[in-house]
Amino acid sequence: MLEKQDIQLEKRILVIPGEELGDVSYKAGTGTYRKGEKIFASQLGIKNIRAGYINVIPLGGKYLPRSGDSIIGIIIDLGPSSWMININCPYPAMMHVNETPWKVDYGDTGRFLKVGDAVLAKIAQVDETKRIQITMKEHGLRKLNSGQIVKISHSKVPRVIGKGGSMISLIKEYTGCRIFVGQNGNIWLDGEVEAVIDASKAIEMIDREAQVMGLTDKVRAFLQEHSHLQEKYQTDSDELETVAQQPPEPEEETQSGKEDNEW
Amino acid sequence: MVEERLIGDDGLREDGRKPDQLRPIKIEAGVLHNADGSAYVEWGKNKVLAAVYGPREVHPKFLQDSTKAIVQVTYNMAAFSVDDRIRPGPNRRATEISKIIGEALEYVILTHHFPRSSVDVYIEVLEASAGTRCAGLTAASVAVADAGIPMTDLVVSCAAGKADGQIILDLGKSEDNLGEADVPLGYIPRTGEIVLLQMDGHLTKAEFEKAMNMAMNACKDIYEMQKDALRRRYAVGADEDKTPTQEVIE
Amino acid sequence: MSKPIIAEIQKEQIRRLASEGKRMDGRGFEELRNLEVEVNSIGAAEGSARIILGNTDVLVGVKMSVGTPFPDKPNDGVLMTGNELKPMAHQDFSVGPPGPVSIEIARVVDRGIRESKMIDLSKLCIVPGEKVWMVFVDIQVIDYDGNLFDAATLGALLALHNTTVPARKFEVGENHKLPVNGWPLTVTSSKMDDFIMVDPVLLEEQVADARLTVSVDENDFIRAMQKGLSGAFTYEEVVKAVDVAASLTKKLRQKIISTGE
Repeated sequence: MLEKQDIQLEKRILVIPGEELGDVSYKAGTGTYRKGEKIFASQLGIKNIRAGYINVIPLGGKYLPRSGDSIIGIIIDLGPSSWMININCPYPAMMHVNETPWKVDYGDTGRFLKVGDAVLAKIAQVDETKRIQITMKEHGLRKLNSGQIVKISHSKVPRVIGKGGSMISLIKEYTGCRIFVGQNGNIWLDGEVEAVIDASKAIEMIDREAQVMGLTDKVRAFLQEHSHLQEKYQTDSDELETVAQQPPEPEEETQSGKEDNEW
Repeated sequence: MVEERLIGDDGLREDGRKPDQLRPIKIEAGVLHNADGSAYVEWGKNKVLAAVYGPREVHPKFLQDSTKAIVQVTYNMAAFSVDDRIRPGPNRRATEISKIIGEALEYVILTHHFPRSSVDVYIEVLEASAGTRCAGLTAASVAVADAGIPMTDLVVSCAAGKADGQIILDLGKSEDNLGEADVPLGYIPRTGEIVLLQMDGHLTKAEFEKAMNMAMNACKDIYEMQKDALRRRYAVGADEDKTPTQEVIE
Repeated sequence: MSKPIIAEIQKEQIRRLASEGKRMDGRGFEELRNLEVEVNSIGAAEGSARIILGNTDVLVGVKMSVGTPFPDKPNDGVLMTGNELKPMAHQDFSVGPPGPVSIEIARVVDRGIRESKMIDLSKLCIVPGEKVWMVFVDIQVIDYDGNLFDAATLGALLALHNTTVPARKFEVGENHKLPVNGWPLTVTSSKMDDFIMVDPVLLEEQVADARLTVSVDENDFIRAMQKGLSGAFTYEEVVKAVDVAASLTKKLRQKIISTGE
């Protein structure tokens, strides 16, 4: 299984909508469609064969929520018993007061979350007609009180995280930032002013060059180049090590259900 | 149409092209920062930008379709894009072109993936010199793919027509103004499907067939240029790679 | 253009950076973004300029035709400046006639050109009271990442400086360069809390309380100004902004004249 993956990854084949990917000895996976005896790409992306499926891992496109996704959203409106949240997808998402850890009286939503507040939340439910319910009820979900949000294409999220979290650990290690990667492409960063700037630049670089091989080394080189960071890294190394050794907090969480798309 | 000669005795056209020769075409994908997808097409003297936003919420709301995404195209010519300045704002010509380009794109976009949403396509003609709807559709199709929107294939567009009694490909400005016929075509080369077709002028059936075949053939070449543009868009730094297996192991 | 909702923590972050004298893109408060210009790329226009200021991208085209003068100015040519914030340029721009934001930019650009007298409109008279040259400056925003005032002004100036009067087409003589002189360039400052920074990017613009555009010509005269947004400046801040504009426009002018013309 692993070997098969490696062979596929070795050649990152960029495919274009309409391009033939294979025949029906495979099953048509995400980013593809079947017509007659053949499977074609329906999205611009990287061809990927896994477990008998041909997929196209998209290089762009809008985020489509799936229940269980961890996301970062911005409150854009409030009602007497719910909030509307922008989660970078084509549809508005709603969070009902019952989906929060608080006891919110009718009409009192603004006391808990205001327009412009950023939240770490989860997709509770998506129905057939793409109506989206958000929850903050689980442990670790919360309002974000400081830091910065960098927006990238959701399709690059697995890349920002890296194999087994390698890329994100690298950025954390060099910048000392706390980072949470929302599956909707919103990435939250917090830390020293300079470090946040550098971390966001590194993330923008990954977003821009996600399809490039050897990206981890490139990002490492970029982070190393920033001498003030290195100094900081050296002087603060003790502290950083303890951070790195902490058991993963919720915000250290990476991807779980999205293994398929890791490339 | 009187004494104007559009094709010389040597069989070459005003700009030196052979009857079945395209003007030089250059396509680039991903040229804008804010748009979800974009493309730039230079086609002879035509300069056309296409930007795609979406799928996103539908404005105005009553246009919303609960079963699929709607495709809204706005084709516009910049005030300074032609010899005589165009007053800004919509006009009947632009509205019609927007509609037929939108319908051609809708055929390939998998709209049922995104109910209640809108795919908004903006085509800006920065400079016009005959054939802007073809350049516009060709650019828009690349921009939609660049936006990562699911679609069955790219749409290509090109015109053929008739001038000086001859069937010619990709009419230039004077050929368009003075020629006998113009047939803009929107086409999917792989499947052979025709998704945009207009015609004005007068042609015999045989001439029409010749023109169609000429345009369909040219679309195949332009299709390759579109694909090449999308590949180049993502070729950033690919040369700097180390051994390709390295990253798999890490 | 609907007012977008910016995350509060984003605003906080910009403030935090500013309090340490920093900006999101690493620039200083009095530093302009990288600038690229392309002149006369639009063959159909009498003159044109493309301005790429950071990620802001503006195309300005000049068209000329022969028309009748305004009755109150029978010996003057006519200058018209239009601006369209195309939905292509940003998700918050919508299709439709220009709104107040768009018109304000057009008018500020227009004023900079008109009041500096960089075009002597009396030289654009063909037959007094009957026939004059009409100059249409059309600004088209292609990609919007803040500071359209400066990008549009620079584009308009460069386009006008490179405009050829199409006299032959209208049978009123030989084609010649449009007589223009001077470079009344603008620098726009945006204020957030007590921090004032030039050439704001979109996010900085969105969190700004107030904005000030200052047009300065090559003789260091102030030629036009526009304060915008619902915040306020102190007198000292305005004076400082004028100084900054004077020094930055000087640098910009040198750069443009050496490369642009």
